[in-house]
Amino acid sequence: MNNQQFRFISIATISVWMLLFALFPLLIMLVSSFLSQGTDSFLELPFSLSAYETAFHYLYVRVFFRSFFWAGLTTIICLLMGYPFAYLVARAKERVRMLLLFFIIIPFWTSSLIRAYAMITIIKTNGLLNHWLLSWHLIKHPLHILYTPIAVQIGLVYTLVSFMILPIYANLEKFDWRLVEAARDLGASKLRAFFKIVVPISAPGIFSGCLLVFLPAMTLFFIPDILGGAKTLLLGNVIQMEFLDSRNWPLGSALSVILTLLIALLLIYYRKINTSKSMRGLL
Amino acid sequence: MTRWFSRGYLSLMYLFLYLPIVVLVIFSFNNSVFSGLWHGFTWRWYHELFNDSSLLTIALHSGIIAVLASTIATIIGTLGATALFKYRFFGKQALFGLLFIMIIIPDLVVGIALLLLFHSLDMPLGFFSLLLAHITFCVPFVFVTVYGRIVSLDKNLFEAAKDLGATDWQVFVKIIFPLLIPAIIAGWMLSFTMSLDDVIISFFVSGPGFQILPLYIFSAVRLGVTPEINALCSLILLVTIFLAISSQYLLRGRR
Repeated sequence: MNNQQFRFISIATISVWMLLFALFPLLIMLVSSFLSQGTDSFLELPFSLSAYETAFHYLYVRVFFRSFFWAGLTTIICLLMGYPFAYLVARAKERVRMLLLFFIIIPFWTSSLIRAYAMITIIKTNGLLNHWLLSWHLIKHPLHILYTPIAVQIGLVYTLVSFMILPIYANLEKFDWRLVEAARDLGASKLRAFFKIVVPISAPGIFSGCLLVFLPAMTLFFIPDILGGAKTLLLGNVIQMEFLDSRNWPLGSALSVILTLLIALLLIYYRKINTSKSMRGLL
Repeated sequence: MTRWFSRGYLSLMYLFLYLPIVVLVIFSFNNSVFSGLWHGFTWRWYHELFNDSSLLTIALHSGIIAVLASTIATIIGTLGATALFKYRFFGKQALFGLLFIMIIIPDLVVGIALLLLFHSLDMPLGFFSLLLAHITFCVPFVFVTVYGRIVSLDKNLFEAAKDLGATDWQVFVKIIFPLLIPAIIAGWMLSFTMSLDDVIISFFVSGPGFQILPLYIFSAVRLGVTPEINALCSLILLVTIFLAISSQYLLRGRR
């Protein structure tokens, strides 16, 4: 194989695949959102804006706000739990650090469906949490957590917290701790040094983590499904239902397009605060 | 004082992360169908899994898809990482952007977009739609894993080989590829795991004729907790954790 051939083949393979199976489908999704719901087929001409009219109906706007609220809450809880954790791991001694990090990577690899399922045994009414709380006399009656919004929240935090920890850790790992010493020498308190130096410098890691938690939190439809008993409807559940139950594909497409545009806005903002190699910062 | 606090905090977090998984595995050996409490040790649920021939077929389907998808994705991702590293070409930045978008965009959107693609091509949902979809969501992850390694290689090696008369293909086969092997295997393992675990994308692009494990588990889990599903999940966890450990071992040189 000569140089030109190798060049052509290596560039063409990935370009063609990504165009055909990534860009093209997303464009079809955009077009579908402007089509009409047919009687014989899922999508029909003529072009119309009716899917968007429905999507901006109060019912669906409410779903968006509810999803933002719950996903935002998940993100904040993951940040509050994950930041101190990433910080402590980054400050640990070299040898211990590898081990600590390793135990964070394993949950990152395991199936979120299986982990959400594992939570059921803990939080169900006759489950272990209630068993322990009752036997330690902390509560008098078992708590009904499963199939409530709180169960969904616990499930989301549990499955997504490692997606918050890893980007923040990756950022803090490169941090020059002498900066903190310098600030301390100049008279800053520990807290002041932390909030004025460590937090701003790790902002790209925080933003990546928040993105990696917030987006799945809105769209992992199986977690509200199995832990919320299909009572807590988030954006992911609604889009999935438009496609598979209501069979309103234009509306489902329109909702996905709106979601994708929101993500695009977030990414533009992300590029603003993180001008360096954005892709590597995220992983 | 702060040391004890930090140790306590780390321990609590690890407890939170691992307790449910450990409980799930323990209860897969529980000698009781419904109870949330311990009733003695048994292998019964594992025996039942291995005697359930329809489940074995589903597991085989998942295995075939995972092996094929991760192998093809690894070839595309590795070639792509080499191309984007070595060459300048029209649309290179756009391709970077597209790969990045495919990593960050929710699975739900990818699943819908692919469903619409297969629908507009009049392609029946089943083995091929699943395979194409799985390759598609694995490629960007192989790409990032391999690309992260390739940029850390010493460029002088490639220059030296070229000066000595090697073609680009020879440089790729004799120099880049061997140096990238750990990252390539790690990328393959990541793809295999993602393919084995994917629920959301498969949910949209699979058909009734070709069932796979995650979707089987999803439909079973909606009905509640059973010890068979615990046993099945434990086996999948075993495979995943083995792959995670091996890949970290392979990539350790990089960190």
